[in-house]
Amino acid sequence: MLIRFWGSRGSIPTPLGYRAVQNKLRDALLAARGHRLDSLEAINDFLAKELPFSVSGTYGGNSSCVEIEAGGDDYVLCDLGSGVREFGNALIAKHGPAKKSRFNVFLSHTHWDHIMGFPFFTPSYIPGNVIRIHGCHKEMRDVFIRQQSNPCFPIDFRALGATIEFVELEPGRTYDIDGLSVKAIRQNHPSDSYGFRFSKNGKSMVYSTDSEHKFDVLTENYPFVEFFRDADLLIFDAQYSLADQISVKEDWGHSSNMIAVELAQLAHVKHLVMYHHEPVFDDKMIEKVLGETRRYVEINEYPQKLTVSSAYDGLEIVL
Amino acid sequence: MDIAERRDGDILVLSPSGRIDNDTSPAFQARLLAALTPAAAVLVDFSAIEYISSAGLRALMMGSKQAKAVNGRLAVAALGPVVKEIFEISRFSLVVQVFDTSTEALAALR
Repeated sequence: MLIRFWGSRGSIPTPLGYRAVQNKLRDALLAARGHRLDSLEAINDFLAKELPFSVSGTYGGNSSCVEIEAGGDDYVLCDLGSGVREFGNALIAKHGPAKKSRFNVFLSHTHWDHIMGFPFFTPSYIPGNVIRIHGCHKEMRDVFIRQQSNPCFPIDFRALGATIEFVELEPGRTYDIDGLSVKAIRQNHPSDSYGFRFSKNGKSMVYSTDSEHKFDVLTENYPFVEFFRDADLLIFDAQYSLADQISVKEDWGHSSNMIAVELAQLAHVKHLVMYHHEPVFDDKMIEKVLGETRRYVEINEYPQKLTVSSAYDGLEIVL
Repeated sequence: MDIAERRDGDILVLSPSGRIDNDTSPAFQARLLAALTPAAAVLVDFSAIEYISSAGLRALMMGSKQAKAVNGRLAVAALGPVVKEIFEISRFSLVVQVFDTSTEALAALR
């Protein structure tokens, strides 16, 4: 199973401005002083090994979209945020527009940042493609129609060339979809959201974004511990600090890095990927939070090893 | 976790020891909320606390909210190195008054 991130940012796409690019260049040039960079190989080596990712790269600006390659015939996606535009473009660049494909999409919920990429998803305009949008919200179709209707968008949803189907799933029930075992869980978020657990050939991945975890005491009985149990990969909404999550941003529907670690450790998750990054955070802040979160894992001294990463657009993880 | 108590004038000083985690945070929260009566001033001396989890921090947040509601005052002081790191990771120093020493905290609460 291969997991590929096309959109990692929470709430709204967050492109880099020219000042951010200039700051990265400045930091890179400062760090390059004293290094012998007289070949492309030496430069690539320097970029990979000597610079922090916040300087050599970016955590990215597209809103939620994650691809799962699990060896089936169909493409599998979680959410249709602005990242899906780049996914669609990459697909057409690779195969051309003539190749007809089927897409199974799993929609956490219908908030704008999770659906806004769909009007720009080129395969939806191509007759012969089949797009099945799975989710637990009854109003999915209406929301997609409204998003693509006058005066918000010039091309009506019903004019799209692809066959687009909406498939309502029942939380707690296990489905077999293109060879993937899929189960949904209801999450605490304004108007609800749903997490999905995907399993195949002994590997499992949980996509759990836009989920606020509220509990006085975290115990084994908390339903998400069971849902996350022994997952090889947990993609988790860690948008806020704990202080923000339980004070000024309480009931906004998101969680924190500390809750992520505690839940992942209790559930014996192997790899935690923090996701749905706060749009206010620049790359250096996301990197700082990543370092602090890894330190919290060490402080907790849990017997099972937990790897922690921060999602970025373009990140690929093989399970 | 034990919670020692003493009074310094009108200020109640709570001195928990050990770990404030999923097992012990309910007792910590109960004692803290009971102490935050109208207009009360409470200092939590963390010098003997070696670890605090999100549940413990949530208890502190409940205390902070109650202190505001009853026109009371709440401060924490003397964080050990690990607890200090956890306060930094959680950004909790932005929502609860934190002092390096109990002496400084007592002076501020008077």
